[in-house]
Amino acid sequence: MDSNIVLSAKGICMTFPGVKALQNVDFNLRKGEIRALMGENGAGKSTLIKCLTGVNKFEAGEIHLDGIDGPVVNRDTLDAQRKGISTVYQEVNLCPNLSVAENLFIGREPMTKFHTVNRRKMNEMAAKLMKDLDLDVDVTQNLEEYSLALQQMIAIARAVDMDCKVLILDEPTSSLDDNEVAKLFVMMRRLREKGVGIMFVTHFLEQVYEVCDGITVLRNGTLVGEYTIDELPRVKLVAAMMGKDFDDLASIKQEGSGDKSKEPLVIDAKGLSHAGTIKPFDLEIHKGEVIGLTGLLGSGRSELARAIYGADRAQTGTLKVKGKEVSIKNPIDAMNLGMGLLPDDRKAEGIIGDLSVRENIILAMQAKQGIFKKIPMAKQIEIADKFIEMLQIKTASRETLIKQLSGGNQQKAILARWLATNPDFLILDEPTRGIDIGTKTEIQKLVLKLADEGKSVMFISSEIEEMLRTCNRMAVLRDGAKVGEISGDDLTQEGVMKAIAGGGK
Amino acid sequence: MDKVKKITKMKLFLPIFSMILVMMINVIYDIASGNPPFGFFSISINNGILYGRLIDVLNRGSEVAILAIGMTLVVSASAGTDISVGSVMSLSGGLCCMLLAGYGVTNVSEYAVPLWVGMLAGIAIACVCGLFNGFLVAYMNIQPMVATLILWSAGRAIGLLLCNSNIVYVRVPSFQFFGAYCGIIPTPILIAAVCVAVASIVLKSTALGTYIQSVGINKKASRISGFNSAKIILLCYVICGLCAGIAGLVATCRIYSADTNNIGLNMELDAILAVALGGNSLGGGKFNLAGSIIGAYTIQAITTTLYALGVSSAQAPVFKAIVVILIVVIQSQPVKDYFKKLSAKKAGAKEAA
Repeated sequence: MDSNIVLSAKGICMTFPGVKALQNVDFNLRKGEIRALMGENGAGKSTLIKCLTGVNKFEAGEIHLDGIDGPVVNRDTLDAQRKGISTVYQEVNLCPNLSVAENLFIGREPMTKFHTVNRRKMNEMAAKLMKDLDLDVDVTQNLEEYSLALQQMIAIARAVDMDCKVLILDEPTSSLDDNEVAKLFVMMRRLREKGVGIMFVTHFLEQVYEVCDGITVLRNGTLVGEYTIDELPRVKLVAAMMGKDFDDLASIKQEGSGDKSKEPLVIDAKGLSHAGTIKPFDLEIHKGEVIGLTGLLGSGRSELARAIYGADRAQTGTLKVKGKEVSIKNPIDAMNLGMGLLPDDRKAEGIIGDLSVRENIILAMQAKQGIFKKIPMAKQIEIADKFIEMLQIKTASRETLIKQLSGGNQQKAILARWLATNPDFLILDEPTRGIDIGTKTEIQKLVLKLADEGKSVMFISSEIEEMLRTCNRMAVLRDGAKVGEISGDDLTQEGVMKAIAGGGK
Repeated sequence: MDKVKKITKMKLFLPIFSMILVMMINVIYDIASGNPPFGFFSISINNGILYGRLIDVLNRGSEVAILAIGMTLVVSASAGTDISVGSVMSLSGGLCCMLLAGYGVTNVSEYAVPLWVGMLAGIAIACVCGLFNGFLVAYMNIQPMVATLILWSAGRAIGLLLCNSNIVYVRVPSFQFFGAYCGIIPTPILIAAVCVAVASIVLKSTALGTYIQSVGINKKASRISGFNSAKIILLCYVICGLCAGIAGLVATCRIYSADTNNIGLNMELDAILAVALGGNSLGGGKFNLAGSIIGAYTIQAITTTLYALGVSSAQAPVFKAIVVILIVVIQSQPVKDYFKKLSAKKAGAKEAA
């Protein structure tokens, strides 16, 4: 074995019922290397990671680790950790009701002479760790007190602190804003200097080129190739992932978009607010308009949308929908007015994990019809099949449990849930987070198509480029308040950045 | 081989398997003791009524089967159990008898109020109990075990209070009817059958099942998708209360008296066990009503078997526990995985040969 290689997997095969998830996949990682693992949704990235960390038992192939003779078999993640493979998964897998310090040291708590947990020492060690990484966190607080982004950083800090040879980051950046991503990269580079091999999974191409040394590409469970960063410029990478020449995202161009202010109002909010999340705001949305909400993470983007939708009940102000004043107490009220909300936290608020893809798709439609009007099974099947086909949801069957799907396909199913209700006003909160570039394009196209059909869409995303491509107008949020709107010629990357940053008027 | 696989993959395989296991014990015992081997299954008509161990299981198991319906829904929607059902049974029976006899009277052979008033009142009070439990769980966010603990201890006491701490006898044939025989069939069997039928028709023809499971799996996501999660949970507790009320009246009519100290005693545990034996996760989410019902009768079959084997009622719980452990272990994930591995190995060996 090349002494420089820290992790080497050869010929990994893994089958799920009905799907060949991995076929003969190799993966090599050198010391002090950051290697991107790229591929579309369902390409087998998460499965490969789970094989490497002992979550999945693979059927064929070998894993070799630096310093260990012979093939390595990881019984579980703990075992993998002991051998030096640490992982931070796509979704934060920590205990929200334990303190930050407890989360950091769970399973390896510093002990006192009497074999009890030495809390003081644990808190001290945790505080030092947080300080080293420049995170402003009170380690005695419960984890749930902190934003998703900070939780993610804490999860990474936990992995980093355990002396690891290989660090696997499975889409760690999908819930971080630019600032936090920059911090993470500093952390990653520091680890690279220490000789840690890092496997980095992300859907943000820019990030790959910013921080990685090499790229491994998977497609449909097979290895496309292992490249150095110079060998594979952006366009070629996308082509390798999709297996075809890429009609660039730029091809989505707004035609006949622009001013919709003459169209009738669909949403007319005046002074809506929800204590602690969003300060009073006014917002008008016209028919056929795509309005973007932009701002830093935690600036109140999601919260504004939730106040309109009734997910957090608005406490002040008035809301007119299609000219009529309404009171929305619960999401169902909003749905009956023709709204829909695709939430940003897919795992917590989107999927009903133990129900099938079919049941997940018809869910909102059923809720609108009411408990006594069950949608006949034949109709359910018809609807589910229609959307599986239309959105190309990759699933073994319509009766597969949704939790068994990859993240992007889950997202498509939730999107299908709302499209099935045929909404007039659809709120999409980070619909493209953690989704591959091909699907991203599809979703953006879909948004424009909906707008063409005279529907209004509220689009929330951390990716400014994506919003520029789809939105007619943007509302800017800062510190839980709406601070302005951008439209027309100001809708440029620079204009938006300036508006988000605020500062001198 | 494929057929075997298909059968073992069925959702109801394990609950039915457990049931058969209990029946096999009977058969083996009968053979060993020189009785006809299928004595357990033999049904005869003595004195114009059905007679046999199987009938006894169905008859005595009625209350637990009715309770299991409500308990299944509560477990699914709220990931918790309603431990008050036993007490609520007693309260429901107590109120019914108190009204039928008149307060303070302990022995009547004539109704003080029409029968339906007493019955309705008993069921109504049980629904109110369900409403109370549901309100605490769904709207006050109190853990189900704690919320229902209140009525677990208070329900029976209120029943006792209503009966002035006496056993109230209602010696009227039309009252006894509900605990005795309808033609040749024990009435409780029919009542349980009607309850199960109504429950399955409601679940089939409405979207209630989807609502409950969705809320049980992910409350937040269900709310965003337009379900009123709190209302659904409340509804489940009310249904559970209703079931407890019906079961309470059946138990009361059996002994045509309100023995509030003993009616439904510890029956909440049997109901919870029935749900678990039915292959339902007590962690909520997906549920299987048929499994729970089979579970309920399995529990009764165990009890009846033990009595038939001559185990005294004081020792019976020990043997019951042993059988339950067996059944629960058979259904556990590690054992399932082990058998899966075993059959995979066998298949592999066959291919190699």
